[in-house]
Amino acid sequence: MPGTDALSRLQSTGQFALELEAVSRHFGALVALADVNMSVKAGERRAVLGSNGAGKTTLFNAITGDFPTTTGRVRLFGEDVTDLPSHERIRRGLRRTYQISLLFNGLTVLDNTYLACRGVSRGRFSLRRPKQDDSSMELAESLLEAVHLDDVKDKQVAELSYGQQRQLEIALALSGAPRLILFDEPAAGLSPTERTLLVEILQSLPAHIGFIIIEHDMDVALKVSEKVTMMHNGRIFKEGTPEEIENDAEVQELYLGHGGGHG
Amino acid sequence: MDSRRLFSGSFSLKNIHPSVLITAVFLVAYPSFATDFFIFQIGAYSLILGTIALSLMMLAGYGGMVSLAQLTVAGLAAYLMAILGDNSMGVMGLGWPWWLTVIVSVLGAALFSTFIGAVSVRTEGIYTIMITLAVAVAFFYFVRQNYVLFNGFTGFAGVEPPTLFGVYWRDPVPFYYLSLVVAVGFFAAVSYCARSTFGLGLQAIRDNPRRMRALGYNVTLHRIVAYFFSGIVAGVGGVLLVWFNGRVSPGTVGVDVAIDILVIAVVGGMRHPIGPFLGAIAFVLLENFAIDLIDRERFNMVIGAAFLLVVLFSPDGLLGLWNRVRDRLRFRGNAQLSAERVNKDDPASSGSLEKS
Repeated sequence: MPGTDALSRLQSTGQFALELEAVSRHFGALVALADVNMSVKAGERRAVLGSNGAGKTTLFNAITGDFPTTTGRVRLFGEDVTDLPSHERIRRGLRRTYQISLLFNGLTVLDNTYLACRGVSRGRFSLRRPKQDDSSMELAESLLEAVHLDDVKDKQVAELSYGQQRQLEIALALSGAPRLILFDEPAAGLSPTERTLLVEILQSLPAHIGFIIIEHDMDVALKVSEKVTMMHNGRIFKEGTPEEIENDAEVQELYLGHGGGHG
Repeated sequence: MDSRRLFSGSFSLKNIHPSVLITAVFLVAYPSFATDFFIFQIGAYSLILGTIALSLMMLAGYGGMVSLAQLTVAGLAAYLMAILGDNSMGVMGLGWPWWLTVIVSVLGAALFSTFIGAVSVRTEGIYTIMITLAVAVAFFYFVRQNYVLFNGFTGFAGVEPPTLFGVYWRDPVPFYYLSLVVAVGFFAAVSYCARSTFGLGLQAIRDNPRRMRALGYNVTLHRIVAYFFSGIVAGVGGVLLVWFNGRVSPGTVGVDVAIDILVIAVVGGMRHPIGPFLGAIAFVLLENFAIDLIDRERFNMVIGAAFLLVVLFSPDGLLGLWNRVRDRLRFRGNAQLSAERVNKDDPASSGSLEKS
C-alpha cells in the first residue's frame, strides 16, 4: 500500500493528526458542542455518527476554523491552530468536503480542481494562464481520473449531475498533499452504485492519509472506518471499534432503532 | 467562447472569429470616415468611459464586488496629473516630467483603490456599495473644500498631454488612437488574466468564498489584490479623462458621474470585458443625442427610460441581449439545416451537423 512507510514513521513519533481539548461552541444560548475531547492518530480512519443536531458538522467547522470555537484548543499534527484562520489550517494538510456541495459553479470541472491543487502551493496570485504541463494542472487531471470525472472535465460545474458534483467535492478534498480529510456525509443522495464507488475511493486512499467521516449510511461508515465516535446533543457519547459500537446496547437503542442491525 | 480561444496561447489567424476582425478593422479605420466630433467626443470618450467601467466590471463581474468608487480612483489619478504635472491655475503644478507624472498618478490611484479594497472587502453586497459610496462622497466633498492641494470648487484647467514625436496628442485623431490602444490593451489583459490562476481564483471566490478558504486561499488578500489591479485600469482611465477634458474639478468626481459608471457597466453587461465598452458607446450616444429627440429639460428622461428598458428585458445587459438574439438565429439555422437533411433523406443525418 502506498504511504505505509510514511505512516509507520508518523506513528512511531506518536503524533496525533488531530487533538481537541475541551472544545465548545455556543450559538447564543444553544450549546452545539459541549466540552468535546477527541484525538485522532495520524493515518487513522474515524467515523462520527449521531442523529441530526448532534453537533457533527459543527465539530468539523470547529476543526477547520469555518466558525471559531467558543472555548477549548484545537491541535493539528501537534501544532496549536486554535487562533489560525481557515486557509492556514488547510495549508498544514487539513481538507474537508461539505454536506451540501460548495463548488464554483461558474468554472469548469478542471478549473475547480486546478484551483484546489494550487491553493496549497505557490503562485496563487500568478497572472499567467496555467500551462498544460503545469504541475498543479497535471495533478488536477490525475485527480479527476481517480474520481472518474475525466470525461466531463471541460464542463461547467452547474451542468454536472448531483452524483458527479459529490465526486468533484471529494476530488477537491484530495488535492495537494492532504494528511487529514474531513468528509461530511459524502454518500448523501448517492445511488447504490455510486456508493460502492465512494467506498472504493475511500478504501484506496494512501495509508498515511487519515480521515474523519460523518455518514448516516452505516454500511459506508462502518466499512471504511477503524474507530467510531458516537455523538449526542453536542457531546461525545461513545467511542469504540465498529463492532463494539454496532453491538452496544445503548447505541442500538438510540440510533439503530428497533431490532438493531443495519442495511 | 470565441475570445477564450483567441487568448488561449495558441494564437493563430484562423482562430479569429470574423466578427472580431470586422470590429478591429472598423475601430482602426473609424477616423478615416468620421468627423472630428465623432472621433473625439463620441469615439475617444466612449473608450475612456469604457476603460473606467472595465475596472468596475473586473471587480463586480469576476469578483462579485460592486464598487461605486471606481470613478473616484480615476478622479484621483486625474487630480494627481494636474497637481504633479502642469496646470494653468497657478495652484500646485509641480511640473514633473510627463512620464513620471503618469506613473506616479496611476500608482497613486492603484494604492488608493487598494485602500478602498482593504476597508470594504470584509463586507458583502449592499454594504460594499454603501462603503464605496461613502468613499466617493467623502472624496467629492474633500476636493471641493480643500484649496491648498485640490484648488477647491474651481479645480484645475490646462492639463495637457505632452507633444511627442511631433504629434499634439490632444488632436482628435491621435487622441482617439491613444485611447484605442489603452482600451484594447486593457481589454486583452483582462480577457487573458480572467483565465489565469489569479483570475480563476477571483471568480471562484465570487462563487464561493467559504470553499476557497477551505482550499487554502487567503480570500481577503486575493480580493484586495483585485482592487489593486482594477485601480491601475481606473487610474490610466483617469489620466486619459483629464487629457480629454483638459480639466478636472469636483464635478468630475461627483456621485452622479460615479453612478453613470455603474450604469454603463450594468447596461453593457458584466459577464465579459466587452460589456463595459458596449455600455459606454450606448451611454455616450444617448447623452449626446437624446437632446435631439426631446426638449432640453427632458433629455435625461430618455436616457433613464432607455436604460430601464435594457435592464428590464435583459438582466445581463446589452451583452445578454446580443447573446440571446444570436442563440435564436443559430437555433433557427440549425433547425433549417436539419430540415434540409430530412428532406434529402440523408442516411448520415443522425451524426454531425457538417455538410459533406
